[in-house]
Amino acid sequence: METLKAEKKDSKSQKAIRITGAEAIIHCLLAEGVDLIYGYPGGAIMPVYDELYKFQDKLTHILTRHEQGATHAAQGYARVTGRVGVAMATSGPGATNLVTGIADAQIDSTPMVCITGQVTRSLLGSDAFQETDIVGISTPVTKWNYQITKVEEIPEIMAKAFYIARSGRPGPVLVDITKNAQFDELDFVYEKCTAVRSYKPVPKPQPSSLEKAAELINSAKKPFIVFGQGVILGEAEAELKALVEKAGIPAAWTILGLSAMDTDHPLNVGMVGMHGNYGPNMLTNECDVLIAIGMRFDDRVTGDLNTYAKQAKIIHFEIDPAEVNKNVKVDVAVLGNAKETLEQILPMLDKKEHKEWKAEFDKMYQIEYDTLINKDIYPTKEGLTMGEVIEQINVASGQKAVIVSDVGQHQMIACRYAKFKQSKSNITSGGLGTMGFGLPAAIGAKMGAMDREVVAIIGDGGYQMTIQELGVIFQHNVPVKIVVLNNDHLGMVRQWQELFFDRRYASTVMTNPDFVKIAEGYHIKSRRVTERGDLQDAVKEMMASKDPYFLEVKVEKEDNVFPMIPSGASVSDIRLK
Amino acid sequence: MEKQWYTISVYSENHVGLLNRISGIFLKRHINIESLNVSKSEIEGVSKFTIVVFTTEDWTRKIVGQIEKQIEVIKAYYHTDDETIYQESALFKIASHLLFDERQIQNIIKESNAQIVTVNREFFALAKTGRRHEIDEMHDALEPYGIMQFVRSGRITVTKAAMPISEILQEFQEN
Repeated sequence: METLKAEKKDSKSQKAIRITGAEAIIHCLLAEGVDLIYGYPGGAIMPVYDELYKFQDKLTHILTRHEQGATHAAQGYARVTGRVGVAMATSGPGATNLVTGIADAQIDSTPMVCITGQVTRSLLGSDAFQETDIVGISTPVTKWNYQITKVEEIPEIMAKAFYIARSGRPGPVLVDITKNAQFDELDFVYEKCTAVRSYKPVPKPQPSSLEKAAELINSAKKPFIVFGQGVILGEAEAELKALVEKAGIPAAWTILGLSAMDTDHPLNVGMVGMHGNYGPNMLTNECDVLIAIGMRFDDRVTGDLNTYAKQAKIIHFEIDPAEVNKNVKVDVAVLGNAKETLEQILPMLDKKEHKEWKAEFDKMYQIEYDTLINKDIYPTKEGLTMGEVIEQINVASGQKAVIVSDVGQHQMIACRYAKFKQSKSNITSGGLGTMGFGLPAAIGAKMGAMDREVVAIIGDGGYQMTIQELGVIFQHNVPVKIVVLNNDHLGMVRQWQELFFDRRYASTVMTNPDFVKIAEGYHIKSRRVTERGDLQDAVKEMMASKDPYFLEVKVEKEDNVFPMIPSGASVSDIRLK
Repeated sequence: MEKQWYTISVYSENHVGLLNRISGIFLKRHINIESLNVSKSEIEGVSKFTIVVFTTEDWTRKIVGQIEKQIEVIKAYYHTDDETIYQESALFKIASHLLFDERQIQNIIKESNAQIVTVNREFFALAKTGRRHEIDEMHDALEPYGIMQFVRSGRITVTKAAMPISEILQEFQEN
């Protein structure tokens, strides 16, 4: 393919080997440094599985219990390692079961390659058994996708898939491979892809925009930084810290930016958005220069756009040109990789402290602390709170754990109260809000970071969406720590029903099974906590366990997450209760 | 913001799934594609999509950003009608006896500068190239006499300003 400029290996020019397409796929994966994949076999992908059997000493395949679990596990692995996660499935239902995870990876910019089997080329379009147009289905939710129908295409397309998935703003790529292409033979040579003619992954930073941005920052009286996952994906954590410290700017994070900066850093002022902190949300509408770094002004961050930071000049550091002026009109756009742009702007900035301005954040934090944080994490009322569980995990883990959360109230509480000292430690489904993400993502995260503690915080609703992945934890003894915060409700929806639907609790009450017994069925050590007095001991026991551990905490059934910006309201209309 | 006609020109690789990706961008935002034409461009191996929409400039700009983001898209532009030279083509199939029975038809053909592509005993075919309103006028003039078949192409456009695709491709390859 002339559009693909491949890296030439000069020293050890490869000799072509005659192999099948299925074997070629394994060689492609190995050449890309893949040693772990998640998947589920089936008819149209069987030739590849046959090769996986032969290559099991080099490439580990983890059989998830559902293809969706494979995608989330691959995502968890990718998010914790920064490498490309790989998921594999058969055609038809196997492929369609990947779609939720692919959409999640697309909106959260997670590098992932999904490989699906497809019916043999001659049957395409005949409505054959387990035929589905997965390329058509996945088009809107993939960064790129392709159907291989000829064996010769395999090395080039696989190389391109990995390059596209990880370069620039990362994302999911799906490669669909017809069965004939798996069986047929080719003269295999692999060359890594380093460029695609029509694709420019990282825009070049413009010196003029850097100058304009530096000028605005230097003249600002009340500058405010909001950083997102772009800092983590660009590995710009040190550059962000240097900028924040030199220019003395209070910095807040989006949910996916969490852990890019030490949560205890004096200039880290907390989370923005719907359930973010009081100060950062209120002061968004008081700052004079808003510096957005690697974030995309999601509606859960901005609330009503017509009243969002209208008084401020806005600077946007962003790798994806399509994000600039998409939701919020900005005054200066600094395009490029955050690591590069932040490094370049640093010498242009004056050393400053904004003590009075920072004191406003502190004052608002105190209000929030007294009104609700204190009651969330050190409650004195009878029922257990989600916040106190997170606080106990902080204590027992020394703030060193990777926290994987599912979606809902527990997710907001986990992100509000979990403490981090290390980047790539907060793994959650931010953009898509995929219930069921947590358990499989924790498996992937643990397998990507075996030296770290991985704690999955999951609600009773989301847990039951992918509970079958306990089978993986059991079979492979993956030592993840699973904490189910059980309030016997779909808590976040229930909260909205209470606040906005006159307490009509339609389909949010859950009659739950005995989760401890289920975990025991998978031979996973488990414990249930119903009393505050047992919590600390249980969390300690869990964290000390060398094996997987399941902890169910029965929490207050009808607690709400505050602060809250009601959907569509202004960030300054944030409610503390 | 005021809605108006915009022509979006997309230079891309010739890739089988790209039309689906591009149309999805419009679908997702409920913006109707008023006209679509795909052809080769001035550069060998590079395709050109010409897409006409009636919407606001803000939406057009965002759509162009999303289109450019697609891996196989080299560059996308948008222009107003004033900034482009544009044409459409149409074919009319009309019963041959009308040419003799209705003398006015000959005048319409002459006045509209249409070409007769073919004539046989049953029907004759007229080709007309021009602006949309010119084609519409010709259609309206012929309609009372009976049109057996009518088809109009998508808009094709060249811009008054330069579109430096070769330079962009060169720059991409150097990076």
